[in-house]
Amino acid sequence: MRFRGLFLFVMLLSLCTVSTLFAKTRIRCASTTSTQNSGLFEYLLPIVEKDTGIKVDVVAVGTGAALEIGKRGDADVVFVHAKDDELKMVREGYFVDRHDVMYNDFVIVGPPGDPADIKGMKKAVNAFRKLSTEKVIFVSRGDNSGTYKKELKIWKIAHIDPKGRKWYLEVGQGMGKTLRIANEKKAYTLTDRGTWLALQDKEHLDMVIMVQGDKMLFNQYGVMAVNPLKHKYVKYKEALRFINFLISPKGQKTIAGFTESHGEQLFHPDAK
Amino acid sequence: MYGILISFEKAFELILSLNRELAGIVVLSLLVSGAAIVIASLLGIVFSYVLAFRRFPFKGFLTNLLNTSMGLPPVVVGLFLYLLLSRNGPLGFMGLLYTPSAMVIAQIILAFPIIAAMSHAAIVMVKPNIRLAALGLGATDIQASVAVIRDARYGIISSVMAGLGRVMAEVGAVLIVGGNIAGYTRVMTTTIALEYDKGNFELAIALGIILLLISLFLNAALFLFQRKVYR
Repeated sequence: MRFRGLFLFVMLLSLCTVSTLFAKTRIRCASTTSTQNSGLFEYLLPIVEKDTGIKVDVVAVGTGAALEIGKRGDADVVFVHAKDDELKMVREGYFVDRHDVMYNDFVIVGPPGDPADIKGMKKAVNAFRKLSTEKVIFVSRGDNSGTYKKELKIWKIAHIDPKGRKWYLEVGQGMGKTLRIANEKKAYTLTDRGTWLALQDKEHLDMVIMVQGDKMLFNQYGVMAVNPLKHKYVKYKEALRFINFLISPKGQKTIAGFTESHGEQLFHPDAK
Repeated sequence: MYGILISFEKAFELILSLNRELAGIVVLSLLVSGAAIVIASLLGIVFSYVLAFRRFPFKGFLTNLLNTSMGLPPVVVGLFLYLLLSRNGPLGFMGLLYTPSAMVIAQIILAFPIIAAMSHAAIVMVKPNIRLAALGLGATDIQASVAVIRDARYGIISSVMAGLGRVMAEVGAVLIVGGNIAGYTRVMTTTIALEYDKGNFELAIALGIILLLISLFLNAALFLFQRKVYR
């Protein structure tokens, strides 16, 4: 028993050693669940590794947590979608070399019957105002994610404080779970198009897109390196190589080539 | 109901076509939990013995603390360990966060109280005259303790089984300190949580079935071992 245990332990130690041997070209990227759940990384990272020789380990959490992990120096690079927060933290000196990489958009979805009658509205803010006055449920991420931040921004512009209202459910879960809850409750919610398409494809939610195409619903993704002056052990050079690949013509073309199973493009490259 | 049946069917297909990625996840789960259980067992059994036979201050309090820690929520352990191991934390210089080693540490913390407390209960049940007899026959202190632990082995092995069950089923702590990195710190439970998020229920169920089968196998092996040593 003990020998078998010892064997396992030695195996584990050697596993750790082997992984540190390769650690030279390994960087850690804090990113968001929506990016991971769309399948983008599984498609993109092998190409990155082939092109730059860098293996990127992705820790996928909410945008709030990803930024915090980067700030603390527990990642080398951060790939999120909360441009205002990102720029603020660059100004505060936590991150450097921030670049726009790609965008997709948010959509407001709801039950096909559309009890709040918002379908086809042009402005997300107006749709939110209408939702708050009709007797319908709105499911919110409530988790500090980029999607949640966008939602709060829309409520703010609409001069509505939804917190604590009976029709407003803060579920504190990822996008997929939030959509599922909205589906079960015949409620409305704000979602990124990537997760919406992926989930709709697999689970056939009984929901449809209500509002889309508003500039307000634009979802910009950015990448930035942890400031090596703040945390001297971060792999800044390698992080920069990863960033440079993402914003290079080849990287941009690769991102544009990523589609969901029906061939719809999920992310639109827009690096300058 | 029909959907569930379909899920199970697809799950078995996936198990039969066990691919490399899936196999890697299973192997990592076993390595992490195996290492954690071996270390936690050694620490836990020694600790329970000391608790049973040595006199020291605050012993009652310590026993209470140990029993309470059996119910430590994994997420809390994960968060606490995250703050310790983070680059900004006191142990950050070791660079352990988001490595399999961090996951092993988390699981040791979760398994140790269970193994120590249950072993303690088993050792206390051993009649004190065994130790006295051993000492009287000229055994050294260590030899006497081995005699006691041998007598309590049935309960001790049960404690190891309970500890193993806890760490194999746990998701909260390894998710936080391991980060669920593909091909590096992704284990069965964190994969199940991720695949559920992605809406791949079939894959999640398949992994759940594999996890249960492995637990069944490990427990059967320990049970046979337990019966063997009891005779």
